[in-house]
Amino acid sequence: MSAVATRTLLSVRDLHVHLGQSHVLQGVTFDVPEGGVTALLGRNGVGKTTTLRAILGLVGRRGSVELDGEQLASLPTHRVVQRRIGYVPEDRDVFTGLTVAENLRLAERDADPRYELVYDLFPDLEARGAQRAGTLSGGQQQMVAIARALLNDNRVLLVDEPTKGLAPALVADVAHVLERLAELTTVLLVEQNLSVVRRIAREAIVLDQGRVVHTSDAKELLEQPELVRRLLGVGRS
Amino acid sequence: MSTFLLLTITAFGLGAMYFLIASGLSLIYGLMGVLNFAHGAFISVGSYGAWWTEAHLFSGVHSVVLRFLLAAFMGLVIGGVFAAAVELVLIRPLYNRHIEQVLVTVGLQLAFVALLVGIWGPDAKVFVVPPWLHETTTIAGAHIPNDRWVEIATAATVLVLLQLFLRRTRYGLIIRAGVENRAMVQALGIDVRKAFTLVFAIGGVAAAVAGVLSGVYFNTISPDQGTSLLIFAFIVVVIGGLGSIGGSAVAAMVVALTQQYTNYYASAGIGDMVVVLLLGLVLLARPRGFAGAVVGARA
Repeated sequence: MSAVATRTLLSVRDLHVHLGQSHVLQGVTFDVPEGGVTALLGRNGVGKTTTLRAILGLVGRRGSVELDGEQLASLPTHRVVQRRIGYVPEDRDVFTGLTVAENLRLAERDADPRYELVYDLFPDLEARGAQRAGTLSGGQQQMVAIARALLNDNRVLLVDEPTKGLAPALVADVAHVLERLAELTTVLLVEQNLSVVRRIAREAIVLDQGRVVHTSDAKELLEQPELVRRLLGVGRS
Repeated sequence: MSTFLLLTITAFGLGAMYFLIASGLSLIYGLMGVLNFAHGAFISVGSYGAWWTEAHLFSGVHSVVLRFLLAAFMGLVIGGVFAAAVELVLIRPLYNRHIEQVLVTVGLQLAFVALLVGIWGPDAKVFVVPPWLHETTTIAGAHIPNDRWVEIATAATVLVLLQLFLRRTRYGLIIRAGVENRAMVQALGIDVRKAFTLVFAIGGVAAAVAGVLSGVYFNTISPDQGTSLLIFAFIVVVIGGLGSIGGSAVAAMVVALTQQYTNYYASAGIGDMVVVLLLGLVLLARPRGFAGAVVGARA
């Protein structure tokens, strides 16, 4: 376990989500400590993405979601996000009909959006400001999706599979950006690439069949191949 | 040649009204997924609002032109307020309940026509307009009614204003993004419901403009005028592409030209049928219409 006790920033308690006839989340409970990256792991379809969407209120949910002691579960999505929660969705969800600059402008919440930081991390986006986001490559769209969340001074970022579908060279770039993010804010990361998790995550939470089945230091988990195989269905980490 | 020119300009005038109605319908569906069958009521609110205020509020104004402009402005204001009220009271409680939305908007449309009949009777009312609008301008031998120019110029102005609004303002940006992916707009911390009300109000104003112009075009207004115009506006929306203002503008002209040419060169009355065939062809060949947005991502 982590040697240094840290304050809980995001607390999820007994979270339930039904999608159609499926009881997708069945009482998910975990804490996200302030600072660093907490990885939310699990096999495909166990409810990782749904957990992030439920925290944001993008799906109907029951249970408790507290940010620094403030209850969010009854708030609509835009109010949750206004509590300074950023979101980088799976599949990027950039607005393909808008330009890169418009995508970023739409995401502005703070009076002083952090364009300097964004363009320092992603200089390519400044040059491509007038380009339609739909014409960008997958990696560039991922940069836009992360940049939107970075523009504002968020207390926590929910990042959903940022390396999904990216070439190996881009995966390393994204991992580097996530490391930088972790220096600025708290990150709850859903990620299938365990080498990325090993590199950047401090804590690990494992879901299975809509429930939390394991919580520990991330490196401690990943150093136990048998446990990784059992929990994540991965033969080698 | 003069007949062809007259038909063409007249079609543009009719297309201008189709566009004004379709633009609001298209934005409302594109952003909110609401098939607003009550849009015909917005048209009637505009035309009856202008007609009533012209006779009762501005009867003391001696200038016919000023009286017409004041009444038309009141028609637009009433149309916008009515549409925003419909969104807040009837549509907002039914978000994502599409069947109920269809039922409530169809019900409102039917009830509103009945209300107009109940108050002012089923007969058409004469719409008082400046005499110049009933005169003609001769171009290449064709005697073009002046109101056609006003209808075309008004629709072109609305098209430009809508494009400026959508391209240059933050709310325009929110609406364009919301048409593509409403859930993601909310996930950026934006209260998309305000945009919904605004889009309804804009659609209501545009429909009210069409209502006033229909009074100018037909010289009269009647309780079911909005309904008959609405049918062709829906066809325009589908052909133009849901959520696309530019697509609606092009489709409105294509539909109106098809109607006019077919009615004159083939057989009177056959134009409506040909338009429906055109709709079928477009749906088969290009289901998203001329310039349809991707609306499948809507939450």
